[in-house]
Amino acid sequence: MTMNIKRRTLLKGSFAGATMAIAAGAGLLKPSRVLAVWPEKVFKAENVEGFLQDIYGNTSLQASEDIQIQVPEIAENGAVVPVTVTTGIANVQSIGLAVVNNTNPLAAVFHMSDNADGYVSTRLKMAGTSDVLATVKVGNETFFARKEVKVTIGGCGG
Amino acid sequence: MAGSIMIRANKKGELTTVKALIKHPMETGLRKDKKSGKKIPAHFIQEVSCKHAGKEVMSAQWGASVSKNPYFTFRFRGADKGDRVTLTWVDNQGGSESKETEVA
Repeated sequence: MTMNIKRRTLLKGSFAGATMAIAAGAGLLKPSRVLAVWPEKVFKAENVEGFLQDIYGNTSLQASEDIQIQVPEIAENGAVVPVTVTTGIANVQSIGLAVVNNTNPLAAVFHMSDNADGYVSTRLKMAGTSDVLATVKVGNETFFARKEVKVTIGGCGG
Repeated sequence: MAGSIMIRANKKGELTTVKALIKHPMETGLRKDKKSGKKIPAHFIQEVSCKHAGKEVMSAQWGASVSKNPYFTFRFRGADKGDRVTLTWVDNQGGSESKETEVA
């Protein structure tokens, strides 16, 4: 009898666990909320459309004048390209950075808290001349801006 | 990987600017070793989180396209001089480190 009771508890326990797993799998818990899970699929996506769909769902991206990307026009070394994104858009939730022509375009997503400013600066690797894409998420809307960087490794720039 | 983080937080007006430099190879997993021809396994930072007064002000998820020895800057409001800001990173091989600094 005692064994049976234990068995019940165990079954109940594992069932609750399974429900959580399903919830996470179905995308009910967004990656931005469950930080422990690094979204491998998104970072392994081989084109821009691949990850945009996964991060931002179906929302169509709007071009914005209010996102400034500061990048060098010509980068001599593609391994270290400084990128700075500044936006005047209020209540920024996240800023995404991608190098369009890289094997895996998505480079980074910065999630901003309520008191963080719409500004982020970092350094990215670029396999070659490409556009740098910055996406800014505000509520249900996603804005973007892009800018080209010419990479001239080996001194034979185009 | 002790001592991998250099972090500074400076307050000017309302905004506190956090600048951080992390020593990390950031291997993409696509590069080949020139001598052996074998691929160098991926080794890069996946999660970065910055906390102020126990509250997360910025958290980032990175791919391998972030440069070697990553550097980044961001700004936030609401900190006072002397407050503590903590930065933590975790990489894909389970390595991690944390460092705390004072807002100056």
